[in-house]
Amino acid sequence: MAEAKAAAAAIEISRLSKSFNHRPALRGIDLTVSQGESVVVFGPNGAGKTTLLKILATVMNPTSGSAAIDGFDIKKEADEVRRRIGVVSHHSFLYGSLTARENLEFYARLQDIPDPGGRAREVAALVNMTSRLHDRVATFSRGMQQRISIARALLHKPSVLLMDEPETGLDQHAISMLWSLLAEGGQTILLTTHSLERGLELADRVIILNKGRIVLETPGEEIDLAGCKQAYLELTGDRP
Amino acid sequence: MNPTLTKILAIMRKDIIAELRTREVIVSVLVFALLVIVIFNFAFGADRPIMEAVAPGVLWVAFAFAGVLALNRTFIPEKENACLEGVLSCPVSREAIYLGKMLAAFIFMLAVEAITLPVFALLFNLPVLSFPIILTTVLATLGFVAVGTLFSALAVNTRAREMILPILFLPVAVPVIISAVKASTLALAGQPWGEMFSWLQIIVAFDVVFLVVSYLIFNFIIEE
Amino acid sequence: MKLAEPRLSYALLGLSFVLVTVSLLMIFIVVPTEATMGIIQRIFYYHVPVAWVAFLAFFVVFVASIMYLWKRDRKWDTIAAASAELGVVFTTLVLITGSIWAKPIWGVWWTWDARLTTSLVLWLIYVAYLLVRSYIAEEEKAARFAAVVGIIGFIDVPIVFLAIFLWGTQHPSPVIFDGGLAPTMLATLLISLAAITSVYFLLLLRRIAIKNTEIELNNIRQLHD
Repeated sequence: MAEAKAAAAAIEISRLSKSFNHRPALRGIDLTVSQGESVVVFGPNGAGKTTLLKILATVMNPTSGSAAIDGFDIKKEADEVRRRIGVVSHHSFLYGSLTARENLEFYARLQDIPDPGGRAREVAALVNMTSRLHDRVATFSRGMQQRISIARALLHKPSVLLMDEPETGLDQHAISMLWSLLAEGGQTILLTTHSLERGLELADRVIILNKGRIVLETPGEEIDLAGCKQAYLELTGDRP
Repeated sequence: MNPTLTKILAIMRKDIIAELRTREVIVSVLVFALLVIVIFNFAFGADRPIMEAVAPGVLWVAFAFAGVLALNRTFIPEKENACLEGVLSCPVSREAIYLGKMLAAFIFMLAVEAITLPVFALLFNLPVLSFPIILTTVLATLGFVAVGTLFSALAVNTRAREMILPILFLPVAVPVIISAVKASTLALAGQPWGEMFSWLQIIVAFDVVFLVVSYLIFNFIIEE
Repeated sequence: MKLAEPRLSYALLGLSFVLVTVSLLMIFIVVPTEATMGIIQRIFYYHVPVAWVAFLAFFVVFVASIMYLWKRDRKWDTIAAASAELGVVFTTLVLITGSIWAKPIWGVWWTWDARLTTSLVLWLIYVAYLLVRSYIAEEEKAARFAAVVGIIGFIDVPIVFLAIFLWGTQHPSPVIFDGGLAPTMLATLLISLAAITSVYFLLLLRRIAIKNTEIELNNIRQLHD
């Protein structure tokens, strides 16, 4: 792992744009997220939330603009970025025919973790899935799959978590567990969610994305649930 | 062990474990290969000299089409649950992903061939378990998976998915198929190595060229 | 795009017209009838140049594909797509003229000789290229994937030819022509080659111009939405 860059923001996005077939999905996003900050992104479907996260996860190339995680450029120093980010999506990233342990060990190997088996057990314990480690993921409920997904993201102790609607499929209890994990973890978090109430609990900062642009950016304390819903309705014409 | 090699082997191992669990690919591909052989047998009748003449062709038609079936399955599991995205967000080079998937496909094909060849020998009473034929089979299969893995990644990202793979792959694989059939024919006839050598050279040339080119180009298919 | 400039197209049109006229004159009036095969042999003067130009078209696809993956400039993708279409058309003509030639000479519509068989495999490879383009909705992805097929396909061509040639020598097939070419025959062949090449470039430029217009039209539609 390369030397960490001194005093770099956790996430630095500059004029990031992405078009598909000349239809813009992201139009010049500028955003800076400090170390340890939690930023929650709201927006209607098609606003560009998933596209933004995919680009930051180095899974998709931007059309123009740049971004850096912990000071490492997502294009030029992609591998360094990948060592520092944990990605959670509403897709599980898990192979159904493999057991939870095999999935976790596989990804641990891809992350150069020296003791894949040991680390797999550790993260499984974090999400209370130790008893199901040796069962095939295809037999899991959606909620259990999502918990292993989250464990997967934490394998390499990333400093930045990119999460795309991670609460999808989880029951209230599991969401609470996830949220407390995130709160005490101390990582920098960039999270998209459909759940306004839950999002506000976690957020240091709230962003509303619409049609590829940031239309509202405000510190978490300054906005309450009702105000947020109102702003969302006004800015996007959508019910939150 | 070299970190890249660890990752290549991890990917290969993951594919093999998944396949051993479900046995989807190997069983259906194996049955398919055997079916092709049996149907050809009926198509050509029980005429012994004819069967001897067409045997290598039948064998390689079976392997070529079975190969397409197996290669189709290489990238489909990666699309479910967006697993490929999960892998791409890890610090693993795209070339390593290519090599890992290719090696797994290679092993699957060899497993299918290892069962088909003895069955073929049994059904047609032909000495196909000789060293020259086994060598030809291994080398030709390597060429198949070198290009086939690349095209499989391509096909799975198109609207037509599995349908486009045979159309793309089989014409490009023509030199390997011709050479494998020719070399096998010569081997079955008990000919000395001389002539067979030129055919094997074509297969090896194909293998080397397309391993290198596919390795270098794979990244362009995977990126978004 | 500069190349699609009308003046260049008109110049090529004029040149093609002249060359084709001259070559037709030479083929049907000037050149003597070939001894063994008779009148049908005259098809050779178009069959062979069309085959060479098809190969040229696929070479252009190869170079344009590499350039596209390197520079990511759309104009290279347009050139590749246009040239691939022309290549398939020309290869189809090779197969058809080969067939027309074969029937009176050998009594069969098709012969598995090295050149015709290679042309058939080439045709299949580049038809697959065009299919890949049509099966992908997103332009950038289609261009990228097609470029990969264009590169792999062209690299495969010499290996295909080698394998089929070696295979062909095992099955003695009708010889297309033996011995050298008389001077008038050579001249006719070269002029026909120049004519077909000129027609290829003319059609390539026009096709690129049409594609560019389609792109502009799409852009306007997008803006309007």
